[in-house]
Amino acid sequence: MLTPVIDEDGAPFWEYAARGELRVQTCGACDEPRFPPRPCCPYCQSFDSTWRRVSGRGRIWSFVVPHPPLLPDYAAQAPYNAVLVELSDSPRIRLAGNVVAAPDAPLDSVDPARLRIGAPVKVVFAEIDGITVPRWLLERG
Amino acid sequence: MGVAVLKDRTAIVGIGQTPFARHLPESEKTLACRAILAALDDAGIAPAEVDAFASYTMEETDEVEVAKAIGAGDVTFFSKVGYGGGGSCATIGHLAAAVATGQATVGVAWRSRKRGSGPRPWTNTSAQLATPGQWTRPFGLLRPADEIGMLARRYMYEYGATRDHLFNVALACRNRANQNPDAIMYERPLTREMYMTSRWISEPLCLFDNCLETDGALACVIVSAARARDCRRRPVYVHAAAQGLPAQHHGMVNYWTDDPLSGPAWTAARHLWKQADFGPADVDVAQIYDAFTPLVPLSLEGYGFCGRGEGGAFTEGGALETGGRLPINTGGGGLSEAYVHGFNLITEGVKQLRGDSTAQVPGASTCLVTAGEGVPTSAVLLRT
Ligand SMILES: [Zn+2]
Repeated sequence: MLTPVIDEDGAPFWEYAARGELRVQTCGACDEPRFPPRPCCPYCQSFDSTWRRVSGRGRIWSFVVPHPPLLPDYAAQAPYNAVLVELSDSPRIRLAGNVVAAPDAPLDSVDPARLRIGAPVKVVFAEIDGITVPRWLLERG
Repeated sequence: MGVAVLKDRTAIVGIGQTPFARHLPESEKTLACRAILAALDDAGIAPAEVDAFASYTMEETDEVEVAKAIGAGDVTFFSKVGYGGGGSCATIGHLAAAVATGQATVGVAWRSRKRGSGPRPWTNTSAQLATPGQWTRPFGLLRPADEIGMLARRYMYEYGATRDHLFNVALACRNRANQNPDAIMYERPLTREMYMTSRWISEPLCLFDNCLETDGALACVIVSAARARDCRRRPVYVHAAAQGLPAQHHGMVNYWTDDPLSGPAWTAARHLWKQADFGPADVDVAQIYDAFTPLVPLSLEGYGFCGRGEGGAFTEGGALETGGRLPINTGGGGLSEAYVHGFNLITEGVKQLRGDSTAQVPGASTCLVTAGEGVPTSAVLLRT
């Protein structure tokens, strides 16, 4: 895996993920969630923020199925899916991820034919190459 | 000063290019110098008169080296535009502004690139950016094709656009390249069968939805409209120029705005048309940035050639072909002539308005040229 190069704004997301929690940066003044994380709120310009825990449920907004040529780690699992998940409790927040058959399953563990825009998914976490990443399971079927 | 202060006050009077190929033996610097000197020769202007340069931040030959090599005199304006292919038309816009406001008199814009034989940025794992790479790269969104493919699938889902619509884009570009001896895909026809059975790059995008990997360089020379009248070639006026970076935009992965399918093209277009004496219906020929086929229907919507969601249907019935409603990418574009970060679209626009394109639109007097969509972008309107 390409391990994320984490910046100061993004660090809490990964720290919470390591504890098995999906959290989204939320304005401390106007309460609007925002993604990706950044120093201040684009709606009210407050620098005050909290990290709100979300339900971990969402729907597939879109997905792609990459094929080689790819970096070796990814080529070995291709074709795999990469999805964008719209969070149920914050529809404006969309997280990139992968739909897998089980938390530790490989990227190609779900037949891409089973993926549909709008399909409900729920978050799980897996530690890969020393970092905990959110991954997604299909809720039904 | 009104918004149209640049209108027709400058003109492109020279264009130059090297051959395009998967591999050229010369360095990017040498190719840049060849293209620039060819453009100055085309204009009939001595290198010592050049006093302004503009290129892309991704351009690896900088103005100091280029100015020294070609024998430029004192340089009083230089500019670099960010965001890869989004910068192409902005190089022209920056020089037009510099010349129109007296900061310089002879401007050169250029792009030199060895992408065919050189490294691909996404293969260099240390090159990933902290933001937004941390939100996409770990999950296997590695290449621009993966990032744009995500928008393309959503676009197809929301509006019923089909792979046939994307094929129409690839075919129009290939048909024009088949007429252009300088194009990499000259005399190499494309069929629907070839398209539909080609290998996937990132589903829903197949091989023919992706631009070419190319080595090559191009350049343009810009002077004031007054000076242009005394130049060797028919002037092609810079009628309007715009850049576009929409609210909450995130380069390449514009997934986090309220409306990811209305991208930078919409922002650039609003500003562009505000300056212009004419509208989309008066555009005779267009050069639409085509690193990937879905960028074309998205751009057709953004620049106002059709309504929201109608870009796919717009491609039907040969609309993008010669004689169609809006002939596009008449040199073959990034998909079939050469992918040099869109600079060949600018020079092809100039050729059309000079009347010497290999796929000439009869009597073309207006041309829209656009830069990379999906990233902060730019566009110019050219006219005779
Ligand atoms: Zn706020």
